[in-house]
Amino acid sequence: MIIHAITFYTFATVILVSGFMVIAARNPVHSVLFLILAFFNGAGLFVLLGAEFLAMILVIVYVGAVAVLFLFVVMMLDIDFTQMREGFLHYLPVGALVGLVVLVELVLVVGQASVDLSAVVHAAHPTPDLSVRSNTAALGDFLYTDFVYFFQAAGLILLVAMIGAIVLTLRHRPGVRRQVIADQVGRKREEGVEIVSVKPGQGL
Amino acid sequence: MNSSEMISASFTLVLPEVFLSVGAMALLMLGVFRGDRATRLVSWLAVFLLFVAGVAVLQGPELRTLAFGGSFVVDPFGQFVKILMLIGVALCLIMSMNFIREEKFERFEFPVLIVLASLGMSMMISANDLISLYMGVELQSLSLYVLAAFNRDSLRSSEAGMKYFVLGALSSGLLLYGCSLIYGFTGTTNFDVLRETLIPGGLSIGLIFGLVFLLAGLAFKVSAVPFHMWTPDVYEGAPTPITALFSAAPKIAAMALLVRVLIWPFTDVALSAVPEWRQIIVALAMLSMVLGAFAAIGQSNIKRLMAYSSIGHMGFVLLGLAAGTQEGVRGVLVYLTIYLVMTVGVFACILSMRRREGMVEDIEELAGLSRNHPLMAFALMVLMFSLAGIPPLAGFFAKFYVLVAAVHEGLYTLAIVGVLASVVSAYYYLRIVKIMYFDEPAEPFLSPIGGEIRLILGASSLFLLFYVVFAFPLLGVTDLVARSLF
Repeated sequence: MIIHAITFYTFATVILVSGFMVIAARNPVHSVLFLILAFFNGAGLFVLLGAEFLAMILVIVYVGAVAVLFLFVVMMLDIDFTQMREGFLHYLPVGALVGLVVLVELVLVVGQASVDLSAVVHAAHPTPDLSVRSNTAALGDFLYTDFVYFFQAAGLILLVAMIGAIVLTLRHRPGVRRQVIADQVGRKREEGVEIVSVKPGQGL
Repeated sequence: MNSSEMISASFTLVLPEVFLSVGAMALLMLGVFRGDRATRLVSWLAVFLLFVAGVAVLQGPELRTLAFGGSFVVDPFGQFVKILMLIGVALCLIMSMNFIREEKFERFEFPVLIVLASLGMSMMISANDLISLYMGVELQSLSLYVLAAFNRDSLRSSEAGMKYFVLGALSSGLLLYGCSLIYGFTGTTNFDVLRETLIPGGLSIGLIFGLVFLLAGLAFKVSAVPFHMWTPDVYEGAPTPITALFSAAPKIAAMALLVRVLIWPFTDVALSAVPEWRQIIVALAMLSMVLGAFAAIGQSNIKRLMAYSSIGHMGFVLLGLAAGTQEGVRGVLVYLTIYLVMTVGVFACILSMRRREGMVEDIEELAGLSRNHPLMAFALMVLMFSLAGIPPLAGFFAKFYVLVAAVHEGLYTLAIVGVLASVVSAYYYLRIVKIMYFDEPAEPFLSPIGGEIRLILGASSLFLLFYVVFAFPLLGVTDLVARSLF
């Protein structure tokens, strides 16, 4: 139990610190790296809860796709972040006020909410006991049986999105040289080498 | 039956959809390996695929059958509308083949995306669950957004695609919000369970809220006023065969979905009380008919004119739905059939408006068509008279059935507005006839006109002209089909 608590507080503290560093770091690349650290620790918290599927999704989708996309954007677009930060202190009071209002509202809502645990029993597909069936297996049980139609339909929608992205953006420009391995390998000596007899003292 | 047997039983019920999806992927592979040279081949194979799917639809069960735990339904209503939709898509695909070659964007993804769009429409028509409804709508719309922007070198085509995408995403948001409210207040997404829980209890305020948002999302898809703003711009900018597709197939599919959503879970047939949704549909129908009639008067571009015309016609279809009876649904089905024939015919005409410098879209360019192409002028005249609803052409009967259904339900104001709107709209349809027959001739269009376009134009105008012959079989079939929904 004490190990459980220690792990939880470690993950939670690292998330908070790296979350703060995401907005505090001067170098935007460092910000993205801290974001990735926060995601990993969030995944750790999910594992502690027994939701290993969510943990994997968080790592694969957010670290693998979203954060890498951020990195690409940050590194490829030449954005002057110091210029964007210039008005930071100027806007701080307004930002703090908005944050405070949201905080008060959250406290009001969370303070009044009451979770009726008896409703969980009535769920159409209740979460099975972790010792009987793991989270991922339980999700798969439904995804590939009851929801197979939706699953396949979602796959087709993604296929259309992919075709659409390619159709609307891919251009074959005639002037661009592409590497064709077969052509490189198939090159003959006669095509690449020209023998010129140079007379002494004249040059080409 | 264990779950794997149930799933395989379900897959035999969705055979048309399986054909379409697997076929679309096979065609995609063919295109990827053979390149854009194979576009013509892929197009014809796509037409064949739609035909096979149509045969598979006809082989389906005759009674209402559920698949995948009730999220997919196969019934005569769905089968009839699917056949209509597949015919519409196939005709538009056939008409597009020469067009994309001459406009120089012949790429193999074009027919593949059209097949995927028809798969989405087929899923919409058979949806029996809020999730499958959304999946179908999204598959259909995503393919259509790309098709609208397909001619990416044209500024107007890109603009049409962008506009359609942004507004379509907004309407999807509304649709989802409505779905989530309905789910939140009933605890189910399945239409059959909704029907069982709603009919005894009636609708709570929250449910009505959800229904309103759901209807707003679907009204966008059928371009009913006030959710029509995208229609003229998208119709004008999109490549013409795609405009033909837009005005034919997705409208039919979305209208079928609307009918199913409103009639199956939300109508109490036994109690014969006025359903809660009627006010909304009455308002949509009235506004669409009036705007379709008045806004088209000032148009000079024939594609924009057809956009407003289709808004007006959708208003009339909603008139049948507003009745909410079996007679009303029969009227909707007959209307959709005749509307499909008229739309495809008119777009066949628009596609043959070709000069040496390219396609022309101005109504004035039709001047003197009666002297240059007398047969085409006659066919277009028949189409225009039918669109205006002049007896004994088919368009008159289409309007007649929905008006009678509305009058039987006591919707007198709506019916009178419909008749008046129809009179106003006759002005701009007849103006086209006047330009063709009485104005100073303009330069003739390039001939010969493609064989497939001549065939479609001729067949559609013959159907409209001799509708009386087809009237009784069509009425019999639609009567049976409409009964399956009650």
